[in-house]
Parts: sequence; structure tokens; C-alpha cells
Amino acid sequence: MLKTFKLGGVHPPENKLSADKKIEILPIPKTVFIPVAQHIGAPATPTVKRGDEVKVGQIIAKSSSFVSTNIHSSVSGKVKKVDLSGDSSGYSKQGIFIDVSGDEWIEDIDRSENLVKEFDLDGRKIVQKIQDAGIVGLGGATFPTHVKLVPPKGMKAEVLLINGVECEPYLTSDHRLMLEKGDEILVGTQILMKAMNVEKAVIGIENNKPDAIKLLSEKVKNYKGLSVVALKVQYPQGGEKQLINAVTGKEVPSGGLPIAVGAVVSNVGTAFAVYEAIQKNKPLFERVVTITGKGVANPSNFKVRIGTATTELIEAAGGLPENTGKVISGGPMMGRAIASLDIPVTKGTSGILLMPEQESVRGDYISCIRCSRCVSVCPMGLEPYLLMTLGEKHVFDRLEDEKVMDCIECGSCSYTCPSNRPLLDYIRFGKAKVGQIMRSRKK
Amino acid sequence: MSITIVYTIATLSIIGTAAAVILYFVAQKFKVFEDPRIDQVEEALPSANCGGCGYAGCRAFAEACVKASDLGNLNCPVGGNETMNDVASLLGLEAVKKDPRVAYIRCNGTCDHRPKTSNFDGATTCAISASVYSGESDCEFGCLGHGDCVDSCEFDAIDLRAGMGVPLILDDKCVACGACVEACPKDLIELRKKFPKNRKIVVACRNEAKGGVARKACKVACIGCGKCEKECKFDAITIVNNLAFIDSDKCKLCRKCVAVCPTNAIIELNFPPRKIKVVEKKENSTA
Amino acid sequence: MNKLLTVSPSPHVHTNDTTQKIMYRVVYAMLPVLVWSVFVFGLDALRVTLIAVVATLAFEYLIQKYLIKIKPTITDGSALITGILLSFNVPSNLPWWIIVIGALAAVGIGKLSFGGLGANIFNPALVGRVFLLISFPVQMTSWPVNTQSGVDAVTAATPLGVIKESILNGVPISDIIGKLPSPVDMLIGNIGGSLGEISAILIIIGGLYMLWKKVITWHIPVAVIGTVAVIASIFWLINPEVYINPVYHLLTGGLMLGAVFMATDMVTSPMTPKGQIIFGVGIGVITISIRLFGSYPEGISFAILIMNAFTPLINNYVKPKRFGGKQ
Repeated sequence: MLKTFKLGGVHPPENKLSADKKIEILPIPKTVFIPVAQHIGAPATPTVKRGDEVKVGQIIAKSSSFVSTNIHSSVSGKVKKVDLSGDSSGYSKQGIFIDVSGDEWIEDIDRSENLVKEFDLDGRKIVQKIQDAGIVGLGGATFPTHVKLVPPKGMKAEVLLINGVECEPYLTSDHRLMLEKGDEILVGTQILMKAMNVEKAVIGIENNKPDAIKLLSEKVKNYKGLSVVALKVQYPQGGEKQLINAVTGKEVPSGGLPIAVGAVVSNVGTAFAVYEAIQKNKPLFERVVTITGKGVANPSNFKVRIGTATTELIEAAGGLPENTGKVISGGPMMGRAIASLDIPVTKGTSGILLMPEQESVRGDYISCIRCSRCVSVCPMGLEPYLLMTLGEKHVFDRLEDEKVMDCIECGSCSYTCPSNRPLLDYIRFGKAKVGQIMRSRKK
Repeated sequence: MSITIVYTIATLSIIGTAAAVILYFVAQKFKVFEDPRIDQVEEALPSANCGGCGYAGCRAFAEACVKASDLGNLNCPVGGNETMNDVASLLGLEAVKKDPRVAYIRCNGTCDHRPKTSNFDGATTCAISASVYSGESDCEFGCLGHGDCVDSCEFDAIDLRAGMGVPLILDDKCVACGACVEACPKDLIELRKKFPKNRKIVVACRNEAKGGVARKACKVACIGCGKCEKECKFDAITIVNNLAFIDSDKCKLCRKCVAVCPTNAIIELNFPPRKIKVVEKKENSTA
Repeated sequence: MNKLLTVSPSPHVHTNDTTQKIMYRVVYAMLPVLVWSVFVFGLDALRVTLIAVVATLAFEYLIQKYLIKIKPTITDGSALITGILLSFNVPSNLPWWIIVIGALAAVGIGKLSFGGLGANIFNPALVGRVFLLISFPVQMTSWPVNTQSGVDAVTAATPLGVIKESILNGVPISDIIGKLPSPVDMLIGNIGGSLGEISAILIIIGGLYMLWKKVITWHIPVAVIGTVAVIASIFWLINPEVYINPVYHLLTGGLMLGAVFMATDMVTSPMTPKGQIIFGVGIGVITISIRLFGSYPEGISFAILIMNAFTPLINNYVKPKRFGGKQ
């Protein structure tokens, strides 16, 4: 029996169209737009102004508080302007426009491909270097990694979980990274273990990637304290709490952080970025992005400079299919539909998914028949049918009692509802409102 | 037979009397004193329970009025000055005269003014739509048109105008309770002074983007050019963040700003149709 | 690009399952039972079913279209299920006008007065059946004799009726056991009764199909049948001359039909597995109480309706196990 998390879960069609496509390097675009808020926390403060010359890897916006990160230039060229532009939500956010000329990197970066295994920094220095390199959780949550590595007072991490689950359908960027940069990920994992002072790290991979499981299981033999766990394919296994439950059997308490059960979770992409930052002095300015969809001519995995417009990716994958109805940044379960193709790739962009028209529209919904499927698939043990009704009727105090804040917004309920009800829409709304009420109460 | 009836009557009478005695003592024990004026004040209120006064309903407002030593901070927007005078005379206090107010919608981005650039497909409420993304047009400040304000209005004072994309306040019905102000996630509705005959002059735009961006998203966007600010003789107009704002307390309804606005972002409502003279003026200003 | 992109909140994919498909799966599960009843009771059974189905669909359409003025939803399959279930719960020789009244009670009172699909508290088909049982007790309790046994057009009591008689009149079980059909006949359905309740084995097959298709879960049927079996066994062990062998309780009457097709109705049963077990046990207890101590020979319909009324309460108090909640 393969391990998996205990409560709920669904298994949507996997559609991993680009699983056997090698990671290719996307040509550098002519201009980039690098938003200063690509992470959870305070936006970074721009340190360049119009007309400045920048090099690849140079800091262009500085972290403004502890929960914030540096932003580095992903290209070399001239700053065109520092201005507002729409991000994936359509709302204007500050960012830096750069006109590209050449590809000149700052000198510190080691551009060679050879594997460097040894490192001799102590934990504090590693955290500092990770912070300087602007590394955030690359699984999509974009939480600054250095914050995660410093546990709150009185808590101690016991195990590091490396998330190679990639439970979202369609996406393959983590899968490819594990296949092609296995050793680098493992070294990155060792660095993270040292930074947190833990002895054990487990890499969780879903069983639909047998090649990655096999490869990494072979490789971990050369590293101390590492192991690989194959997990049953079940969405949302990539969720932090679900992964901890699947691997260790522990449950993060309601409202608590993973550290409460002694676990810290990091994505394989993050581990790779940590490797590059520590061993190669390379800050985070490019990442692997899957570009996929049923109508896409060449579903691919690209290494993309941050700030590249979505259009460039689509062009490189064979152009926008005629019948595209929806463009999603991220996976189909938790990704964000975007309204404009000009928005840039950011640190959190794991994939671009083009949905054909007929799959883009949700259609009407009918009454709840109380089939209780939403209850049985909810990985957090909530009652989505009830939460939706309460959200619709604005009964916020009751929503709080029903633990709406525990919802991880995985979308399993909406996915499974036979009446096609927009469960998560209203739950998210209720969650936002309850969050507001709770914050105002604290004040 | 008859003895049964007697027994029955006797038992029931005893039970009844006992229950009455218990009830009497319990009622005495748990008696709650309530100021009788609360009922009187509540009677005088419109009992719409809309919450426009800031209290949980008319009863709560009545309690607050009875407790208050002056009515300066208490106002029932629905009943207006008349109701507050009644309340004041009941309580022997002085009513503070307040100008009646009415809701203004600060967006005129109807479908013909503001081209649609995407389709929203989700639960059709503004709150959810706004949390997903900026909206179906390129204007991230404009009305989403799903009608959260209409749903919030207890007085049927907002008309969604099917197909227009932006709702309309029905001024006769609006009581300025403020429910729609709360409901609008884009903060487009504001309560301002109610002028005679419901006349309104309003900058029907909230777009803080630079002129070019705003204009591209919507034909009637305020581009922050400042013409109206210069034109206004009463200092009622200020420009902040590329956006004009008319202070309704200073505005004298002269309508000069409407005439000079190059994008027609300032609109006049409920005025009689302009004479030919006005058209000439417009021509002058554009010439 | 001149076509507009669609933007919607996540998730962007959806399962292929629809409410309609679920409803039709229930209908498929009921077909073997229907076929058997036609085989046993002849075309009369088909007549009753057709009248019930047409009447429920017609009432749903007419009430939705002209009374509450909404778009009729007769294609979603729920009214079809109500119609078939209603016919399963009545004798095959019931006059057509009684069936029509039953259909009106089922759809009008049982379903649409509460707000239609998903909002009803009580199982509509059972509302119709109990309405008829109380209004037309004679017609509802004279069952035609099974045509397989050779005699036509004669009415006879069901096995449960015979058992009830013996309890009420104090006749020992050993005197009546010979009048009852053999357990094998009861299992196959070679007995008299309402249309859908006679063949236990076909009902179980239907139930297994629904289980396989994930329309129902095992909790409710197992809880109902298990409770009845346990309580009936206890009484049988205490005094086998007064209380009959539990096999008769399980295989006769509407127990199987109720446990598999009616108690499992999604709309009127609790949401959580734990709640469903409480619900099922409640139905079992009430059913066997009515059978052993009540004045009606059969109690499953009342039991289900009573527990339906408790469903909101159960939903309110029995919560699923929360992730990260107190252990």
C-alpha cells in the first residue's frame, strides 16, 4: 500500500502532456517587466531608476521587511521605467521595465554546469545567503524561504519534507527538474537540512512519476539522511498539510503551522534554487515553467527568465491555439485564470495552461442534492455544502465555528460537485470576510 | 358519571391555580425593567431595520437614543429630520438638523463606453469577482455590474439596468442608509448631499490610472486633466491621483465643469434638458 | 485575438459526473425489480408504474410551470425516481385515481412545497405512500395473490400481515408458520406484496450496482438491516412462539426496498458516515418496534419519514472528522 493522506482527496485526469519533454532554455525576450511583489509579504522597494544599466543577477529591488525578498534583474540592459502594470490578478502593481541588450551576468555567478557537492557554510550564513538570493517557495505559494527556515521560538524542526508531488494535473516542471537536476536538488536539500539543523529529509513523489522515483531512490544512497517516499496519486497531496500527513502520519493542528509537528516543507524547485544560490552564487531570476494544454502544438518545459511575458512562452510552444478559451497561470485546480497575455512570468509561475473553449465555461449549476461528495473529498474534513450556503447568506460567525479558515482552497469540492455548484467561490468569499472580522477583533 | 366530571373539574382547577401561582412568582423574580420610552421611540422610527444609523436595527437605535444625552451623533437617515424631531420631542432633547443625503455612483462605464476584454465565469457576485481579478474590462476601478449593491438595498432604490453594465440609483427611493456603500467592493458608491429635485453633478469615474491608460480602458474615464478644477469658481473640485473629485458641500450646481470635461466623465443627473445656449457653450469650449 | 478570454475562480476542471447521471443510475438499479414485478403481477404492475411515473412528471411540470413559475426540472431524473418508487410501494391492483392522488401528494406536498429538488425534508415517494396508506387503507392493503401460484384476482394478506395477526390474536408462531412462504421464495420474490418489495435478491443486486457506481455508501443499508436483524434475533431468542424468526423480518415487507432505495435517498439522509449510521440504526429500531408492538404490520415507511425529520439535527451535531482537530 502506498502512502497517502487520510482525509478526502480526488483524482482528476492527469493530462501530463509535457512529461517527456526536456527542459529547454527560452530565448531572452526583448523587454521584461519584473513586478516588485512576487512573494507573500511586503513588496520590495525598487533600487533602480529610469535609465540605469543593469546586469543579470543584479539586485533591482530590495527586501523591505523580514517577510519580503530581494528582486534581481533577470536580464541585462537599460531600465525603461519603474511603473504600474497589471499582474495576474489584473490589478496594477509596481514593477520594473527593462529593455534587454546582450546577456551580461554579474561576475559572482558561476555559470558552469558542473555539480558542486561540498559546502562549508554554517546555518546562519546559509539562511542569509538564501535571503539575499531572493528565494521563495517555488511550488506556487511564494512564501519567502528564509522565513520558513527560522522556526518560531520554542519550536524545533525534526524533518524536512521535499515536495516532489506535483499533484496538479498538466504540470510537469518539477517532474522534469527531478529527472534532469536530481543531484542538484539533493545537494540543495542537504543545504536546507544544515540551515535548519535537521538530520532527516524525505522526498515525497507521487507514483505517476516512476522514473523520478527510481532515479532519486538510486541517488539518495550517496547522501546522508535522505530518503524517497512514493505516494499514491491523490490530489491535493502537494498541499503542505496533506504531504506531512501522507509522509509522517501527523496532522498539523487546526490554525497551526507545519513546524508545530516538527516538519518543514519545501518544493523541489526551491531546493534546486537553494543549490544554485549557495553553490553557484546565482540568485533566483529564472525558473522552469510548463507550457501546456490540449490544443498546444508543443507542450514544453522551459527555463524562463522572470519577467518574460506569457505571450513569449505561448509563441515558443507553437502559438496560441485558435480555440483557446482560458489561460491559466498555474495548474487547473488552483491556478489563476488570467485576462491578459502580457502578464509576466514571476517566481510563483509553475505553468501556463491553455484551456480549449469548450472546457473553459462552467455552465449552470443546480440545487444541492446533498450527495455529500464534497464532504467526503474535503482533505480538511470540512463541509463545503454548508460553508457555501453560509457564505451565500453572509452568516459569518457560524462560518468561523465551522472552521472555514482551515480551508486550503484546493478546489476538490467544486471539482467533484455533480450539481456543478461554485462551492469554493463562496467559501473563499466567506474565508476572506471571516479573516477580516478576525483581524479587526484582534486590534 | 357525574362524579368523574367533578373530579376532572377539580383536578384541572387545582393544576391551573398552582401553575398560575408559580407563573406569578417566576414573572416577579425575572422581571426586567425596560424604559417605556424605548417603545415609544421605536414607534416613531420607520422600522425599516436597515442599519443605516449604524445600529443593529431600529430597536437598538431606539435604545441608544434613550440612553444618549444629546442626539448630535444619532441620525436616522431613512426618517430624516422629521423623524429625528419626533424622537427628540419624545425624549425632551434637541434634534440636530442634518442635510439629507443620497447615494452617488462614481462610475459610468456602461458597455458602450467601456469595452469588455474578458468574460467572468463564476459565482455572479461583485465580491467574488473582485477577489478573482480586476474585472471584465481593462478598467480595474470600474463597476463589475453583478449587482451586490442591488442585493444589499432594502428599499429597491438601485436598478441594475439589465445589459447596461452599471446600475442606477433611483433617487426618490434612496434613503441613504449606506448598505450599498458597504456592499460595493470597488468602493464606487458614496453618500453625498441631496440637492433639490435630486439634481446631481458627479465625477462618474474612480480610475486613478494615468490619463492615457484610463482613457484606453473607458471612453468616459476621468483623465485628471484639471480643466474642471480651473473652471470651478467655488473651489469644489480637487484632483488627487489623476482623478477629479467634487465636494458636494461646496458645489452650487452651476454645471460649468460638465461642459468643460473633455471625456464627459462629469455627468449631470435630473436636470432639465439644456437649451441651445448650452450647446453653443460646449462648442466654444471644445473649439 | 478577437475572442475574449474567460476568467473564473479555480478550480478550472470539473468531474464528468452530474446530478442527472446519478439519478439515472438509481433508475437503472431499480429496473430489475420492476421487471420482476411485471413478471409476477403481470401487466398490472406496468400499468401502476406507468401511471405513477407519468403522474409525478406531469405534476412536477405543471406545478413548476404554472404555480411557482420556474423552469421545469423534470429532466433531472428525480421526479422519475419518485414515480417509480411510489409505484414500488403500492399493490398492483390499485385504482388509477388513487395512484394519481399519491403522485400529487408525493410531488406537491413531499417535494415542491419545500422548494423542490434538494430542499425537501421527507422522501417524496414515502410521503405519497403514507398519504395513501392513511387515506385509503383498504385499497392499500389488499394485495393480489402472486400469479405464479396459480390463482388470479384474489387478494390475500402479506406474510407480515399474517405475522401481525398472530401477534394480535395470540396465535403461536408454530400454527401460522405453514401459511407463510418459504425463505427461498421470499428471497427470490415468489410472494405477494407491493410491486417493488417482493424480491429481496433483486433489490440487493440493485443496491450493489449503486454501491459500485458510488451512488450510495454502505452505511445506511447495513445499519438498517443490521439493526432489524439484531433486535428481531433477540426477541426470537427470548420467545420463538411469539416472535418470529428474524429471517422473515428481513425478507418480507418493505425492509429491503426501504433500506436500499429509500433510506439512501441523498437529499433526505445525513451527510457524514457517522450520521448515516445513526440514521440507519434509528430506522431499524423504529421499524422493528412498529412491526412487533405497533398496530400496523409494516413500519419501514414511517420509520424512514421519522428519521428524515431528524436528518437536519443529525447534520447539525454529527460533524466529519476535521483535519488537525482534537484527536
